[in-house]
Amino acid sequence: MKATAWMGTDHVKVIDVPDPKLMNARDAIVKISTTAICGSDLHLYHGYIPAMRKGDILGHEFMGEVVEVGPQVRNLKPGDRVVVPFPIACGHCSSCQRGLYSVCENSNPNAGIAEKVMGHSPAGIFGYSHLLGGYAGGQAEYARVPFADIGPLKVPDEIPDDQAVTLADVFPTGYMGAEMCDIKPGQVIAVWGAGPVGLLAAASARLLGAERVIVIDRFPYRLRLAEQHAGAETINYEHTDVLDTLNELTAGRGPDACIDAVGLEGHHGNAAIYAYDRAKQATRTETERPFALREAILACRSGGVVSVIGAYGGVVDKFPMGAFMNRSLTMRTGQCHVQRYTRPLLERIQRGEIDPSFVVSHRMPLRDAPKGYKIFQKKQDECTKVLLKV
Amino acid sequence: MAEPPPRRRADGGHAERRGPDVDHVDGVRLPELDGAPPKNALPRTLGWLSLALGVGALAEPTPLARLTGVDDSPAAVAVIRAVGARELSHGAALVAGRHPGGWVWTRVLGDAMDLTLLGRALAHRRGERRRRLALTTAVIAGITAVDLAVAVAATRARRARDRMIRISLGVTVNRSPADAYRFWRDLENLPRFMAHLESVRADDLRRSHWIARGPAGRHIEWDAEIIDDQPNRSVAWRSLPGAQVPNAGRVRFLPAPGDRGTEVRVQLAYAPPAGSLGRAVAKLFGEEPEQQVRDDLRRFKQMLEAGEVVRSDGSPNGISVRQQVMQRPAQPLPDTRR
Ligand SMILES: [Zn+2]
Ligand SMILES: [Zn+2]
Repeated sequence: MKATAWMGTDHVKVIDVPDPKLMNARDAIVKISTTAICGSDLHLYHGYIPAMRKGDILGHEFMGEVVEVGPQVRNLKPGDRVVVPFPIACGHCSSCQRGLYSVCENSNPNAGIAEKVMGHSPAGIFGYSHLLGGYAGGQAEYARVPFADIGPLKVPDEIPDDQAVTLADVFPTGYMGAEMCDIKPGQVIAVWGAGPVGLLAAASARLLGAERVIVIDRFPYRLRLAEQHAGAETINYEHTDVLDTLNELTAGRGPDACIDAVGLEGHHGNAAIYAYDRAKQATRTETERPFALREAILACRSGGVVSVIGAYGGVVDKFPMGAFMNRSLTMRTGQCHVQRYTRPLLERIQRGEIDPSFVVSHRMPLRDAPKGYKIFQKKQDECTKVLLKV
Repeated sequence: MAEPPPRRRADGGHAERRGPDVDHVDGVRLPELDGAPPKNALPRTLGWLSLALGVGALAEPTPLARLTGVDDSPAAVAVIRAVGARELSHGAALVAGRHPGGWVWTRVLGDAMDLTLLGRALAHRRGERRRRLALTTAVIAGITAVDLAVAVAATRARRARDRMIRISLGVTVNRSPADAYRFWRDLENLPRFMAHLESVRADDLRRSHWIARGPAGRHIEWDAEIIDDQPNRSVAWRSLPGAQVPNAGRVRFLPAPGDRGTEVRVQLAYAPPAGSLGRAVAKLFGEEPEQQVRDDLRRFKQMLEAGEVVRSDGSPNGISVRQQVMQRPAQPLPDTRR
C-alpha cells in the first residue's frame, strides 16, 4: 500500500509499504477514505517530537471503511464506515473508565520510554513517534486500529467525510478546550491560535454559551474564518498589543477563560522574545516556545481558567508562576479524550448546530501529501487544513 | 498549617526496603527477600559460651588462674578479669546483636590476643604449670579454629546476601484481587507477560519447572516450589537447590484504596553467578533489571485489563526484549506481510 512516511526533518514522502495486518484480537483494519494533516503533524515535520524514525507512517486523523476485524470486535463489521479517534484507548483501565481516554494506562507498548520523559505514560497515538507507542499512522491506504471495539465511531451515510473526519481530533479537541473553561452565561472567552483547533474551540465556546469570543492570530484569512464561523472578535497580534486590547475589550477584567490552542511552536509579535525562545529551542535547552501560554496567563482575569489544548512536548521556560499563583488562576490541560466526545458532537452536526468542515481549506490526493505538508507549513494559498483523499 | 497525614512508606526498589503495610499479609518470611539473618545458630552458641566463660572468669579468677597454669604471675588475676569482661561483651553482642557474624571476628581477635599472652607465658614455665598451660593453649587454639571457621562462613553468607539483586515493585490493576491472583497463580501464564521467560511448566500444585530465554539462544532452567500460597492474597516461591541462578519471589494482591482494583506488589531476588553465565544473566536483565520487571508488570496489567499484551508496529512482538531495545520504525514490517 501507499503511505506517507516521515523521512527526517522537513521531509515526508509517499512510499510503498506492506499492508497492515491484525495483531491483537481487538484490532480492526480500516481502508482509509479521508485523512488529514494536523498542526501537530507539523511538530513532527519540524523534528520537535523525539523518538521518530525514518520510515514512520504519519497521520492520526483518519476515517474509512472497516475491511477486517479481530475475533473480539463484535460492534463493527466489514463495510462499516467509521471515524477513528487519535488516542488509542483500551476502555478497561481506570483512566478509560473515568473517560480519560488520552491517558489510557495500557495502550502505549513503549510506556517505559515515555515514563522517563513524562513521569507517567499517556496513551499511545497513531503515527506519533515511538514515545507514544510506535503505531503506524493513517495517512495511508489502510490502517490497523487497536481496541476497535472502543474507539471508532460509525458514521451515518448522510454525514460527508469532510465533516466526519474532524471528529478524529480537531473538533473534539477544540470542544474540550471550550468545555474545560466551564463557561457560564455572560462570559468572555479568548482563544490563542486560529488554526483548525482554535477555530473549533471558538465555535464550541459559542455553542456552550459564551457571550463573546475573542480570537488571537496573525493571519488575516484565519481571523476572517473566526469572524465568519464563530462570530468572534479578532486580534492580530502583529498589529496590536494583545494584553492592552483584551483589557480594553473587557473593561479591565480580562477574559474569563483563555484557551491556548497554539502549543510549542508559537510565534510572537515581539522579535526579541521570539528570538530568545527560538534560540533556546534550537539548542534544546527548551523544547517549547510558549508565547501563547505566557500571554494567556497574564491576560486571564483573576480567578479565571487557562485551558491548554495546544500540544507541548517537554519543558517550558519562563513560566509566569507569580501571576498564575497570585491571581488564583486554574489551568486545565489534556490531549483530547476524543472517545468521550465523538458521539455527542456527531449528534450536534446531525442537528445542524455546527458544520466543522469550515476549517478545511484544501483537499488533495494522498500522493500529494508532501505538497500538503509544505503549503500547510508555509501557510501558502490561505491554507488552514489539508485533507488527503485516498 | 495542618500537619500532613503520615505517609505510607514507599515500596522502592532498594534492597533493604520492604513493602508498606504488607509484611504480615502472608505466612512466611523469605530471607532472600526480607533480608533476615541466615539460620546459622553457631555464632549465637559461641555467644552463650563466651557469656559462661566471662561470668566464670569474673566470679572465680583465682581457681581459673590455677587451672590454666598462669597462677604464678602477679598480674594473672587482673588479666583473667579483663579477659572475662571481654568475653562478656562479646557474648552479649553475639547473643543479642543484629549481625552476629561480624562479632565473631572480634572473638577471633580476642582469641589471637589470648594465644599471644599464653605463648609468652609458656616460654617461662616448667613442669606441671607448663603442662597445664600447654593444655590451655591447645584448648584456646581449638576455640580459635572454630571461631575462625564460623566467622569466615558468616562473612561469606553476608557477602552472598549483599550480591543478591532484590527488586520490589508494584502496579495497580483495575480488577479484583481474586482475578489477579487467579491469573498469576496459574504459573504457566507468567511467560505471557514476563519477557525473559520462555516457559513455566507446573508439575503439580507446588513444583514447577522454569526456562528463561538468555542471549545468543542460551537457556537458563531451574525448578521452583511454591512455599506459601494464600488464595487471593499472596504467593511466594523459591528455586530449589541446584539452580544455577538461585532466585525467590513473592507477589501480594492487596485491595487498592478507593475501590481502584488491586495493588499487585512483587518482590524478586536472584543471585547472579560469576563467570560467563553471570555475564549472560546480567545481559538478560539489562542495566536496569527494575525496568524489565516494571515492563513485565505493565504487561500483566494489560493482560488483565485489556485482555492481551498490546502490540504496535514499533513493538510488534509485544513482549520481546530485543524489540524493546531495538525498536523498529512505526511501519508495517516485511515479515508481517499478508
Ligand atoms: Zn490532529
Ligand atoms: Zn485504558
